[in-house]
Amino acid sequence: METLWRGLLEALRLLLSGDPEIWAITWRSLRISGLATLISLVLGLPAGTWLALRARIPGRRLWFSVVHTGMALPPVVVGLVVALFLWRTGPLGRLGWMYTPTAMVIAQVIIATPMVVGLTATALQQQDARLRWQLLGLGATRRQLIWLLWREARLPLLAAVIAGFGSVISEVGASLMVGGNLRRSTRVLTTAIVLETRRGEFDRAIALSVILLGLAFAVNYALTWLQQHDEDGEP
Amino acid sequence: MGHRVVVWGWALALLVGLAACSPSQAHSTAAPRPERTEIILATTTSTYDSGLLDYLLPLFEDATGYTVKVVAVGTGKALRMGQEGNADVLLTHAPAAEKPLVEARDVVDYTLVMYNDFVIVGPPSDPAGVRQATDAADAFRRIAEAGAAFVSRGDDSGTHKKERALWQAALGAVPVAQAWYLESGEGMGATLRIASEKGAYTLTDRGTFLALQDTLALDILFQGDPALMNIYHIMRVNPEKWPQVNAEGGRALIEFFVQPETQALIGQFGVDRYGQPLFFPAAGKSEDELRQNP
Repeated sequence: METLWRGLLEALRLLLSGDPEIWAITWRSLRISGLATLISLVLGLPAGTWLALRARIPGRRLWFSVVHTGMALPPVVVGLVVALFLWRTGPLGRLGWMYTPTAMVIAQVIIATPMVVGLTATALQQQDARLRWQLLGLGATRRQLIWLLWREARLPLLAAVIAGFGSVISEVGASLMVGGNLRRSTRVLTTAIVLETRRGEFDRAIALSVILLGLAFAVNYALTWLQQHDEDGEP
Repeated sequence: MGHRVVVWGWALALLVGLAACSPSQAHSTAAPRPERTEIILATTTSTYDSGLLDYLLPLFEDATGYTVKVVAVGTGKALRMGQEGNADVLLTHAPAAEKPLVEARDVVDYTLVMYNDFVIVGPPSDPAGVRQATDAADAFRRIAEAGAAFVSRGDDSGTHKKERALWQAALGAVPVAQAWYLESGEGMGATLRIASEKGAYTLTDRGTFLALQDTLALDILFQGDPALMNIYHIMRVNPEKWPQVNAEGGRALIEFFVQPETQALIGQFGVDRYGQPLFFPAAGKSEDELRQNP
């Protein structure tokens, strides 16, 4: 218990003193996971929409199963597979991406995208199908239709973003494997916590945990505010 | 109907919870066990990765009935675990860091077990000319002068401490701020892999390198300097400071490591796979003896 308390005080001290390394690590976590979430949105939103709305897809149920399995993929497995591709001896070895932030973003995109696809598809499937027919009946183009359906489903879609971000900001297995926890380039909050724990520096480990939780909370609060804010007054 | 499901659900959860608090646990708080079979051995990642413990400990367990729980962490954490009573026995290889614990009587029965050595590995092309170095400090100096990539453990492990000492000898300071100096914060295996991928130099214990060399694009470029000697001590956490440690078990484990049969096995470990032993038995010798006669 005393360790926990000391850790909390250490967290405060680290943040207030502006320890440059801690801020660099925090900013890096945000950048890598933020970019990965963004990419997974760009990939996942259209894919999920397609899966939900397209009239006839052969093996739709199979695709859904694949997506749902993807949502439960162990991050360490993702890390291992990405590493196998990016190692010097692997098919993409010549790119030299192993142990760089790029590799971490790739792994995190693979982790987050199924989440976005699955939740998007579910969100759109839940919508009343008659809404779609009505919009088409009123003369909506395909693009207008999709945009309006997305707007109607903005609550669950924002939940998809929150889930996607949550799944990557907190993961450590893939980040360790493909990033290597290098001090000035690929060390993020989760991997730094592993390091400090291994070193026996429990105060710093707890401090970093507090910062990670705080960061996750802040981002999720912002997204939730966006999500819930629309509820008041918007038709 | 839904209401009944909820009630049964809670009843089931409660039953499972009670079952988990099994009778044996309640028993151990009620009366002290005459023989505690579990020994927690805190050791370093490189020691564990060599496979020596997986080889020796089953023999100990079969002979004595003890179960050894090995916790492999960095030297820093292993020693910290000893200072906080979270382990029974420590097996580490950083004498400079171990001495304060011995002096403070955090550990007792401080015993030299074996030694091996560190080697400097790097890309076969050897851009810094480490092969021509006159001693370990000179090798490090050459790496610094060439600005060649170097991967440090960066985790307060025994290897990291040895590496820092060599930088002190070579340059007077550890070149943390240099762009070519990378710190992984990871174990030896992961650090070697990073060095291999990036074509960088690193300091490693011979054992871990031999075990992984088939998967690495690295060669041993420098070895043999007495400064690279790596000495292993085993020690018991002091039961006077931490009554809950398994003192009997700790004593038995230390005895096992220094007895002649085990020492012979240590000297044989790795020979059939690598053509050379990974460790050299040295129980009964002193540190100074070893350093003078490498």
